[in-house]
Amino acid sequence: MNSAERHPVSAPDFMPASALGETQLRRLQAIVTRAYDHVKLFRQRMEERSLKPRDIRSLDDVRKLPFTVKTDLRDTYPYGLFASDLRDVVRLHASSGTTGKPIVVGYTREDIAVWTEVMARSFAACGLHAGDIVQNAYGYGLFTGGLGAHYGAEALGATVIPISGGNTERQITVLKDFGVTAICCTPSYFLHLLDQGALLGVDFRQLPLRAGVFGAEPWTQGMRERIEAQSRIKAYDIYGLSEIIGPGVAIECACQNGLHVFEDHFLAEVVDTKTLEPLPDGEEGELVLTTLSKQAMPMIRYRTRDITALMAESCPCGRTLRRMRRISRRSDDMFIIRGVNVFPSQIEAALLRVEGTLPHYQIVLTREADLDQMEVQVEVTPEVFSDEVRVLEELQRKLVHSIETITGIRVAIRLVAPKTIPRSEGKAKRVIDKRQL
Amino acid sequence: MKIHQLSVFLENKPGQLRAACAEAARAGINIVTLSLADTEQFGILRLIIQDWQKAKAIFEKAGFVVKDTEVLAIEVADEPGGLLRILEIVDQAGLNIEYMYAFTERRGGKAALVFRFEDPDAAQQVLKAAGVNVLRDLELFRRA
Repeated sequence: MNSAERHPVSAPDFMPASALGETQLRRLQAIVTRAYDHVKLFRQRMEERSLKPRDIRSLDDVRKLPFTVKTDLRDTYPYGLFASDLRDVVRLHASSGTTGKPIVVGYTREDIAVWTEVMARSFAACGLHAGDIVQNAYGYGLFTGGLGAHYGAEALGATVIPISGGNTERQITVLKDFGVTAICCTPSYFLHLLDQGALLGVDFRQLPLRAGVFGAEPWTQGMRERIEAQSRIKAYDIYGLSEIIGPGVAIECACQNGLHVFEDHFLAEVVDTKTLEPLPDGEEGELVLTTLSKQAMPMIRYRTRDITALMAESCPCGRTLRRMRRISRRSDDMFIIRGVNVFPSQIEAALLRVEGTLPHYQIVLTREADLDQMEVQVEVTPEVFSDEVRVLEELQRKLVHSIETITGIRVAIRLVAPKTIPRSEGKAKRVIDKRQL
Repeated sequence: MKIHQLSVFLENKPGQLRAACAEAARAGINIVTLSLADTEQFGILRLIIQDWQKAKAIFEKAGFVVKDTEVLAIEVADEPGGLLRILEIVDQAGLNIEYMYAFTERRGGKAALVFRFEDPDAAQQVLKAAGVNVLRDLELFRRA
């Protein structure tokens, strides 16, 4: 790509490596100081290591810093990791935690500006610009996807349709009638739109739609090929997580070979999942991110649990930002369904809440008509069994409701006979994923 | 006289009913009568068995979830209006029937039905006072 085609917002993507390194170090030192001064948990962990912010003299010194994990957000719920006074926080988002309590993330006005910038840079990397009509089918609300994509696309000068998630027929009508040129949603939802469109006689290849920015769940090269063949669009992978900022941590460029990490705002490391020692570029391990500019909620060495490898080779697109390989799997038992993160421990909390004791259970994930389905199979125990059908049906309803309250998604419950769910040695296999990703 | 009914949870998939009946047959347990309530996903097999304690232990040992419930076995004239008479008494007393089903055999122009009342004690009192024969002896209905 020659520079004439570059959008001005993308300038930092192409900064020389030395300038990038200087920016990163300056920002890292500032953010460590900020977290040390304002976040009790971080300061305690620094003190345990006899570390002061001034000990961070080079980028490699990041390795001295303590890790942050998801349970830290739960343990300090809701605002314990905030480094800003709440009066300076202009936005809160939340996502489900690991056991039922949500995790809360906050943004100052500057944070929103950074988020907007990285999202605008993401869309620009996907070849979007002013004049594009973007159908934003990520959910608006506590989920970071909707508003994150919205601000970024607007900042780029595109026309945004804030349609949010769901209502497939309306999505297809809008796609068809509004001259939409780009869409944002989960890749599985786009496949669902393709299938439903076919039923309604809408051929996506005949529409002006030319790009899809797909994220919030892992997907494969096979899915990309299917999407691109059936719709003649380019399908781009976008990566992010609410603990760090939301979508806009990394994005594919036109080369579609790895996602460029916005390293001027997010310092990426890959560590060995067992030893937690940093791995060289090219080796696969757990992605660890440090926010370099986040004011309200700095995240220092946050363990994402996503497994990837960093690619140091230069990219034909000319971006100097390192790429990460698309996420293949997780280092914990979290799974993603319809763009929502779910931990088996949340399902356990929901079952426990209804039944009083934890029954043996298993989670079965399938994909029907390109929509993820989740069934929770629960063994019937003497404590909950009844001779009356309506009592068992009421139990099913309560379980469905309890899981929906905790995870935000509606699942199917199947009551099964005792001892029919396989027991395994040691750690039970709670999730059977039959989806052909 | 209340009698004991065993309820067994069955998943709605082939072979489940057979598996339960096989356990009973193997242990030489005769099922006096039964009913099967089912939904799209699961079934509840309700059984009247003379030696219900032994049967319960056998089903549980075989891995079934079993519940023991008190029900009433009520004699009904095997003629038009026979059941209606009983239901009128039940209605007048404001009693709630959860479900009911029939015994497989009848004797001497009489049929018998199993009633699961919300409140079996109250139902028993009302029915007895109305002169309805609430059976005490299941032997009557065993195969000769």
